[in-house]
Amino acid sequence: MSEIRGIYTLWLREVKKFLREKPRLINAICQPLLWLFIFGTGMRFSSGMPGINYQEFIFPGLIVQAMLFTAMFMGVSVIWDREFGFLKEILVSPISRTSVFLGKMLGTSTDVMIQGIIIFPFAYLIGIPVHIFMVLEALPLMILITIGLVCIGLTFASLMKSFEGFGLIQTFINLPMFFLSGALFPLANVPTWLQWASYVNPLTYGVDALRTVMMGDTWVQLFPMSLDIMVLLCFDIIMFVIGKTAFCRVE
Amino acid sequence: MKPIIETFNLKKQFGPYTAVNNISLTINKGEVFALLGPNGAGKTTFLSMLCTILRPTSGTALINGFDISRESAQVRRSIGIVFQDPSVDTDMTSRENLQMHANLYSVPVSEQEERIKQVLELVGLSGRADDFMYTYSGGMRRRLEIARGLLHYPRVLFLDEPTIGLDPRSREHIWDYIRNLRKREDMTIILTTHYMEEADRLCDRIAIIDQGTIVALDTPSVLKQEVGGDIITIRSDKSQVLSDLLIQDNIAGHVSYHNDEIKISVQDANFQFPGIVEYAVNAGIRIDHVTITKPDMNDVFIHYTGKELYHGETPERTGRIAMMKRRRAR
Ligand SMILES: Nc1ncnc2c1ncn2[C@@H]1O[C@H](COP(=O)(O)OP(=O)(O)OP(=O)(O)O)[C@@H](O)[C@H]1O
Ligand SMILES: [Mg+2]
Repeated sequence: MSEIRGIYTLWLREVKKFLREKPRLINAICQPLLWLFIFGTGMRFSSGMPGINYQEFIFPGLIVQAMLFTAMFMGVSVIWDREFGFLKEILVSPISRTSVFLGKMLGTSTDVMIQGIIIFPFAYLIGIPVHIFMVLEALPLMILITIGLVCIGLTFASLMKSFEGFGLIQTFINLPMFFLSGALFPLANVPTWLQWASYVNPLTYGVDALRTVMMGDTWVQLFPMSLDIMVLLCFDIIMFVIGKTAFCRVE
Repeated sequence: MKPIIETFNLKKQFGPYTAVNNISLTINKGEVFALLGPNGAGKTTFLSMLCTILRPTSGTALINGFDISRESAQVRRSIGIVFQDPSVDTDMTSRENLQMHANLYSVPVSEQEERIKQVLELVGLSGRADDFMYTYSGGMRRRLEIARGLLHYPRVLFLDEPTIGLDPRSREHIWDYIRNLRKREDMTIILTTHYMEEADRLCDRIAIIDQGTIVALDTPSVLKQEVGGDIITIRSDKSQVLSDLLIQDNIAGHVSYHNDEIKISVQDANFQFPGIVEYAVNAGIRIDHVTITKPDMNDVFIHYTGKELYHGETPERTGRIAMMKRRRAR
C-alpha cells in the first residue's frame, strides 16, 4: 500500500512538472504543426506518392516522433534530479527502488501520452476524419510505443553522469530511430540495407500499426497487426528490464 | 540506557582512498550526538552509510535494531535525514515538497495537513508555503529541508551540517525546537557541524573525527578537561614576530598564530604568564591585550585534529570552507 502511494506521488510529480512548463507545451503544440504544414506541404507537392496524401501519410509518423523526443527528454530528467539533489531525497525514502522506477516510468509515460494526444486534433486541419473508434484503437498502440521509449530514456539517464551526453542521445538514438521508422518515407521502395535497418527498429512496427489504424485502406500494411503488436510488446518488456536494472544500480 | 545505533568496524574505501576507517561506536536512545571534524574527515561518508545510501566496504551497523545492509527498508523507515547538499525540488512549492515527503514516508493522510502546518510554523515559512521554491533564499531552502526531515517523526534524525547558512536567530530557533522535540518524542539526533560552540552547548557527546577515524569521543566537559590547563590569548602590534620567537625558543606550551592573535596553551597560566611577558619585554615587543580562558570546543578540536595548533588555521582550509558555503548557497 505504501509502495503504491509512493508510486502515485512520483507519478504526480512528473505530470505536474510537465504541465507546468509552458514553453515545453507551446513547443509540443507548434513543432508538429511545422512538420505537418511546411515539411508536409513541401513534400506533398515535390515528390509524388500516387494515391496517397503525404500529410496524411506522415501524420502517424509525427505522433511517434513527438512521443520519441518527449520520452528521451523527460527520461533524462533523472539526471536533473540527481544534479539538484532531489534524487537523494527519493532514494533514501522507504520506497523500494523498483517502485521509484515505476513511478518515474509511469509519470514520464503519461507525459509522453499527453504529448501524443495533443497532436490528434491537427488531423482535422489536414482533412483526416478522426472518429472516436480510431482514437480508441490508436491509444493502446501509443501506450505500447511509449513504455519502451521511456525505458530507453531512463536507461540512458541512469548510465550518464551528466547532462552533456544528451547531444549523443539526440544523434545516436532520436534521429536514427526517427529516420529509420518509415515515418517520413515509405519503406517499400528503399534499398535493402535501409529496409533491414528499419526492420530492426521497433518504431517501424509502431508507425506501421498506427497507419493501419488511421489511414484505413489507403495504407498497405508492412506487417500484419499481430506482428506489430508482438514486436512492440517484446520491445517494452526488454527495455523495461534493462531500464529497471540500470536504474537500480544508480548510487 | 539503550543503544539505538551501533556501528561495527564500519569502513568505506573509494578506490585506494579510505574515507571512513573502521569506526565502532554506540549511540544511545535520546542522545544528541555530534560529529566534529575538518573538511574531508569522512563525516558525510559515515552518515551516508548509516542512511543506507552508500554501501560499506566492510563492517556494518544496527539502527533501531535493524542491520543497514540487510534490512535497509526498515532502517529507512526509522530515520530522517537532512543532507549537507541541497535536496529540494525547486520547481515545486514547499507545501508540495512536504506532501511528497509525507507520501513517500506513509504519513497518514488525515495527519498530513496538521503536521505540515506544524513544521512550516517551526521554521517560519508558513507565509510562503505555496510559493515555488526557486523563489526562496538559500537559508529558507535549508529551513524547509529541516522541516521535511522532521515531518515523519523519525526515531533517529541525521543532520549533516544543518544550520550552515542560517542566520543566528533561525539557528537558535531550530535548536530550541530540536531540543524540545527530543524530550517529547524520544528522538535521537546525530549531527555534524562546524559550529563548535553549538556542539558544546547542545550535544550530550561529541566524536571528533579526522581522516576517517575517531580521535576522541566523550562529553564536551571531559573533552575540554583532557586538553587541560589554560589558554592565553595575546594581542600585540608585532604578534607574528612574537609568535615565531616563542615557538623558536620554546618558551611555553603550544603556540599558534591566527588573525593577529597568539594563542598559547599552558598547564597553568598563573605561573607561566609572567615568564611570557618578561620574554616579550626583553625582545622589545609590547603586549597590547591579554585574555586567559579555559579551553573551549574550538581548542579541543584543534588539539585533536592536529597541525593547526602550531601553525594556526591555514588559508587553504579557510578558503575551502568559504567555497563550500558558496556551493551550498546555490
Ligand atoms: N563518491 C566519492 N568518490 C571518491 N571519493 C569520495 C567520494 N565521496 C567522498 N570522497 C572522499 O572521502 C573523503 C571524506 O569525504 P566526506 O564528504 O565524508 O567528508 P566530510 O567530513 O563530510 O567533509 P565536509 O566537512 O567538507 O563535509 C574526502 O576526502 C572525499 O574526497
Ligand atoms: Mg560533509
